Amino acid sequence: MSTETLRARLRLPGLDATNGVWPALAVALIVGGTLVALDGGSLFSESSTISLLQRAAGLGIVAVGQTIAILAGSLDLSVAYVISLTSLVAAETMAGSDGMVLPAILLVLVVSAVIGLVNGLLITKLRINAFIATLGVGLLIKGYLEQGYAGPAGSVPVSFQHLGYDRLGPVPLSFLLFAAVAAAVWFTLRSTRYGHHLIATGGDLDVARLSGVRTDRVLIRTHVICSLCAGIAGLYLASRLGAGAPRVGAEGGYDLESIAAVVLGGTVLAGGRGGVTGTVGGVLLLAVIDGVFNQLEVDSFFKQMVRGVVIVAAVAVYALRLRRTSDRRKAAVA
Amino acid sequence: MSTELATPAPAVASGLGGGGRSGWGVGSIRPVLIILALLLIAVGIRQPDFYDPPVLLAFLKRAAPLIILAAGQYFVIVAGDFDLSVGSLVTAEVVIAARLIDGDPAATWPVIALLLGFGLLIGLVNGLVTTLLQVPSFITTLGMYLVLVGAVYTWTGGSPRGALSEEFRMFGRRGIDGVPVLGQLPYAVLVLSGVAVLAVLAMRSDFGKVLLAVGDNPRAARVTGARTARVRTIAFLASGLLAAVAAILLGGFGGVSFQVGQGLEFTAITAVVLGGVVLGGGRGSVAGAMLGALTLQTLLTLLNLLGVSGALSSAVQGLIILAAVAVGTLRRRT
Repeated sequence: MSTETLRARLRLPGLDATNGVWPALAVALIVGGTLVALDGGSLFSESSTISLLQRAAGLGIVAVGQTIAILAGSLDLSVAYVISLTSLVAAETMAGSDGMVLPAILLVLVVSAVIGLVNGLLITKLRINAFIATLGVGLLIKGYLEQGYAGPAGSVPVSFQHLGYDRLGPVPLSFLLFAAVAAAVWFTLRSTRYGHHLIATGGDLDVARLSGVRTDRVLIRTHVICSLCAGIAGLYLASRLGAGAPRVGAEGGYDLESIAAVVLGGTVLAGGRGGVTGTVGGVLLLAVIDGVFNQLEVDSFFKQMVRGVVIVAAVAVYALRLRRTSDRRKAAVA
Repeated sequence: MSTELATPAPAVASGLGGGGRSGWGVGSIRPVLIILALLLIAVGIRQPDFYDPPVLLAFLKRAAPLIILAAGQYFVIVAGDFDLSVGSLVTAEVVIAARLIDGDPAATWPVIALLLGFGLLIGLVNGLVTTLLQVPSFITTLGMYLVLVGAVYTWTGGSPRGALSEEFRMFGRRGIDGVPVLGQLPYAVLVLSGVAVLAVLAMRSDFGKVLLAVGDNPRAARVTGARTARVRTIAFLASGLLAAVAAILLGGFGGVSFQVGQGLEFTAITAVVLGGVVLGGGRGSVAGAMLGALTLQTLLTLLNLLGVSGALSSAVQGLIILAAVAVGTLRRRT
């Protein structure tokens, strides 16, 4: 292994050179805000800020979980179906009664943790490639959902809908939930042994194992946390929609979109580099692009094209910067 | 994904030639052949006339697009990349064809040429962005997927317009009549045979050997003088071109809709993996990939014959994939 990669691996997540998402977010806010202002609207009005933050919350919670899966050198394609499933579990268990809110939340957490555990075991014990393992688990859940549900089911009591609709000043409660999840995971990555082992595992699985990291355990735990995040997003969507929706996850494209948000935030797809703060930036950037196009009443499909280009362009810039910094290091060594 | 690193250095037995056409080793086609044989026997029991040449040919005709897509995806995967854009490319091709032909028979051939060119162009962009800008192909082709879906919707204003000419549909629907024994020989089967022969020849040529070497160990391939960027780009060109061919056949069978290509990228990747090809590159044969697609199609036919609803079939599909891949990797370890 060359010295620069060694050095890079010793660095903590969040201090990564690839983290260019914040300047991009600033540019998007300035350019987008100006465009919307020229159009006679305002990107920073209370109502548009609220809807922007609300849009960010759902994807954001999933993306935080996806971040650690990718950091660990894995990924999770089952999250979209986990979201649909847990929204149904939540709404059907609650069935409109206030007393069932807490049991429903607990059940959702258990269900999503079990799915994460299955993902993790398939990847570590049966050594199935993460892409195929989580795709297969996703297909299983998809089959169950399509077999059992034709449309929305269950209902959520008004008390639980506060999560989807209430806010503190201009900040929706759901966004605070996103912030809390992100902060918890950020802290875990930065300050716990598990967090450091996770980065090591993602950087180089064999080296981590040879250094005494129990990589299987790290990967399983990572997948459980990733699924839990998807379950929390399912709870949020249930409270927002008032019922469970069997297709809400797949139609929202939460699987690929969450991966896109993570990568936009500077986390390297191969694992070992990046962090949660970047992902928060990536999610906000996607939400700002969304918000700007909504305000300008641009066709939503055109928005998707722009999104595709932005994601690829961002990663191209990161790749370029990574090469530059490693060239510079090589020059410094020489 | 670096989880692949978890496997101990794979058996050299399969060799750099990588075909691994015999034995149980990595990339072997024997497991998929056994699964396929079992499935074919089951289908034969359920539908006794399945082995009548016309019925068998009709089955192959239905399987042709997926097998062709799997061959294209194989080139990309064996070089260590992904192509997530093929599903949206198929949709785009069919929608473009319908709009440009608009029922005019005279437009058929020019439009077919245009479609093939468009497939090549998309492959070229995917390849160049991945190799020159060093964007991971997962992201490049995910971005391309977003762009293509968005572009198709924007261009058509939300619903497909126009119609395909009968001459265009001929490739997917008709065949050469009056062939002895076989009855009608579908054009789709002819196209499929052509693609299969060319794909196997390509993998036996120098190009194929370099492609395998690049997927196996990119750095070693580069050091030994292989033009890695060029072969990887050619792999993307092949994937784009074959997606266009598959789209022409699919346009023949079915109607024009935005759903033609939905999810085909994952189905194709699944087929390739089922055929013993390892995600991450370097191992597996193109024959295996195509057999994997045939196996998947046989499985769907069997589920259909058994009266398993379409909804549940995705669950069974998920289960079979997990089982097949798990058995494959466990064998590899022993």
